[in-house]
Amino acid sequence: MIRESDMLLSEAQESTVVPAGDYLLKKIKRGQTVRITDLEGNQAADTLFYNANNTAERYSAMDTIREQGNVYLSAGTLLRSNFGNPLLEITADTCGRHDTLGGACATESNTVRYDLNKRCMHACRDSWMLAIGEHESVGISKRDITHNINFFMNVPVTAEGGLTFEDGISAPGKYVEMVAHMDVYMLVSNCPQLNNPCNGYNPTPVEITLW
Amino acid sequence: MTHSTAQPLYTFELPAASHWSLKIKRGLELTLTDITGGANLGMMFYNPENLLERYNAPDTLKCQHTFKLTRGNCLYSDMGRIFCSITADNFGWHETVCGNSRKQHIEKTWGSLSYQDAQNDWRQNGFDAFLVELTKYGLNERDMGANLNLFSKVVADESGNLSLDASAAKPGASLTLRFEMDTLVVMHSCPHPLNQAASYPRTPVLCELFEAAPVADDDFCKNFRPENGRGFENNRLYHLGIGA
Repeated sequence: MIRESDMLLSEAQESTVVPAGDYLLKKIKRGQTVRITDLEGNQAADTLFYNANNTAERYSAMDTIREQGNVYLSAGTLLRSNFGNPLLEITADTCGRHDTLGGACATESNTVRYDLNKRCMHACRDSWMLAIGEHESVGISKRDITHNINFFMNVPVTAEGGLTFEDGISAPGKYVEMVAHMDVYMLVSNCPQLNNPCNGYNPTPVEITLW
Repeated sequence: MTHSTAQPLYTFELPAASHWSLKIKRGLELTLTDITGGANLGMMFYNPENLLERYNAPDTLKCQHTFKLTRGNCLYSDMGRIFCSITADNFGWHETVCGNSRKQHIEKTWGSLSYQDAQNDWRQNGFDAFLVELTKYGLNERDMGANLNLFSKVVADESGNLSLDASAAKPGASLTLRFEMDTLVVMHSCPHPLNQAASYPRTPVLCELFEAAPVADDDFCKNFRPENGRGFENNRLYHLGIGA
């Protein structure tokens, strides 16, 4: 569902551009609003969320889609934790649909999806591993790296049970905005995938803005 | 069937609303049968040599371009390897995105019933069932990814709305998992979280272990998609001692 934001950029507290292939680990306090903007279009922001006060509690794709009875995320979606609690709520969305079934690219899954020789290409799960390795005090380990949101990705499910990867929904400047229901860590891998036609083989930056 | 022998090595009837775990060696096949119809079997896989390697639903779905799981599909770990292949399936559509029922789902749909009143007819939920089994291996809810829900057909409409197709359930529905590496299998027979049956479903599952026939070059699962061929190659390296 398309819903424009009424937040003013002039009132934002901070804004960070995350280059393609980089990560951002950011604490968002309860009540704060965060916006992710697809600056150049057709980029994927592979995102995980954790309860900042107990990182054993984190975003769960299964709990989120089961409780809303729908596989796509958009304005109105409550992003739920593995304990069933609301972590954040999508309050504005000019893209219309975001994926949470497709997971993140990894060096290992790249060998299966694309070619056995793609093993050493940079991938989202590597960005997350670097992030949690560089921020041990946050208390996240590989055990906590589970199924993420792919903001701006379009992965339709067909009536026959197929899963397809399509482009064409996102565009330069489209954004998604969320309000935090508890203090959360947001861990974004701005996808470095060079094997996928849906980003035109050209990863681009995203911007994270906080109010 | 691809079993090399007609007689199972071991047979166990997993009672309704129960949980179980076991290590299954590479080269064995596990045939699961919905005895009464309407069963749901929650299942997760871990590598017993490295418990941080576990079943990954997104990798499994996206590398085979599928939302449903059936014959030909392989079930992938987060390390690009195949825990097991679905070598036989007369049900046709198993799901892996809806997770588990919790205590709150059970109470909301079928009311609460104390253990003292229910005893072995208690209304166990999938989340707690998994947690009990995981704790036996030093794992907990942090280690829980998306599970399989075997014998549950969940469909999505054009807008992405999900529903459980209860009409798909039939007695005798059966599928076979052929294990391509040693695997810790954790399972429960608790109701699917979208099940809205009038009363708490009590559906046992028959588990039979067989010796599998060797994987031939023309194997259906290995050749089901080019991706699966590469997954089998990753397993080959692992069994050579080259994989991580």
